Amino acid sequence: MIERFLAFLKIGAFTFGGGYAMIAMIQSEAERHGWLTQEELVDFVALSESTPGPLAVNMATFVGMRTEGVFGAIIATLGIVLPSFIIILIIANFFEKYKKSKAVGGIMSGLKPAVVGMIGAAFISVARTVFFPSGISLSAFSSASFWIFLGLFAVTAVLVFKKVHPIKIILLSAVIGVVAGYGLGL
Amino acid sequence: MNKNLDLFLTFMKIGAFTFGGGYAMIPLIQKEVCENKKWLNEKDISDIVAISESTPGPIAINAATFVGYKTSGFLGACMATLGVVLPSFLIISIISLILTQFQSIKAVRYAFMGIRAAVLALILKALWMMFKQVKKKKKPFSYVIMGLSLVLTAFLKIDAVFVIISCGLFGLLWSLLNRKEQSND
Repeated sequence: MIERFLAFLKIGAFTFGGGYAMIAMIQSEAERHGWLTQEELVDFVALSESTPGPLAVNMATFVGMRTEGVFGAIIATLGIVLPSFIIILIIANFFEKYKKSKAVGGIMSGLKPAVVGMIGAAFISVARTVFFPSGISLSAFSSASFWIFLGLFAVTAVLVFKKVHPIKIILLSAVIGVVAGYGLGL
Repeated sequence: MNKNLDLFLTFMKIGAFTFGGGYAMIPLIQKEVCENKKWLNEKDISDIVAISESTPGPIAINAATFVGYKTSGFLGACMATLGVVLPSFLIISIISLILTQFQSIKAVRYAFMGIRAAVLALILKALWMMFKQVKKKKKPFSYVIMGLSLVLTAFLKIDAVFVIISCGLFGLLWSLLNRKEQSND
């Protein structure tokens, strides 16, 4: 239990750049502790997008709830919130100084590209789960489901970049998933 | 109304009605906090964005804590943060309980297979947005860090926290070195 709290404290203290940057972070911890499978993590991202509130808090609550029930959810959420809360309280008083600090600027110049790389890493591992659920092999390319999910990804990507609301996109993909699933008898 | 209670209720409303995370919350915070309640002015709001980007943790929590503290001190910070977290927490707890019961249904499993492809598209969008920000600076150094952090986390499975700390330190060192060069010129 303390271990779980510390893990989320760590995620909260080292995530920069919002919810999507956190996916790589949670993945790293979840893998090490064996909390959830890659599929579950991706499902939580979808549900967190489709429910109100901060993505990070939603995901923490989900992971906590799944692994240890309500108490686990409280611990995980507290862990993710506490570092932000404390850091802001400290900084709020000398914010002008902090904002102009050369050291902060320097650190951020390294952090921002690092976050991009980490979201890239999250993209790769989620892509692996979506397109190659049973491992990467040549035979995967000949299965109909691979091409359907590739097509679905392409369509949803266009919709996302056209700024269609994420909830609509998630609903649409759910419907297509059901149709394809029954159609192919997966 | 008691200011702390008002902070709690206002941020609960913000937490309950924003979809898509922290950035989507900023316009709503602005409307409630500047226009309706007049707790802070416009400049404070732009500070909130800057501060949220340069401190760790969820943007929504950073913003709520900051507004609460500016408005009503430590207790205000607690109330605003609690307010913004509570709706999420309750909604997700309930969904999580329901989900466990529905998971064995075939249609639900198929639906999630489709949804995962959409999540991949959402991640791609987030990736592109962040990449654009870095690209604007036009520094070769940024691309090196980007590539390194991608390879380290995706393929070598190095702990993400370790990668973040090293890249931050690397950025700090790099900026110090560059400054020295500039002052030598």
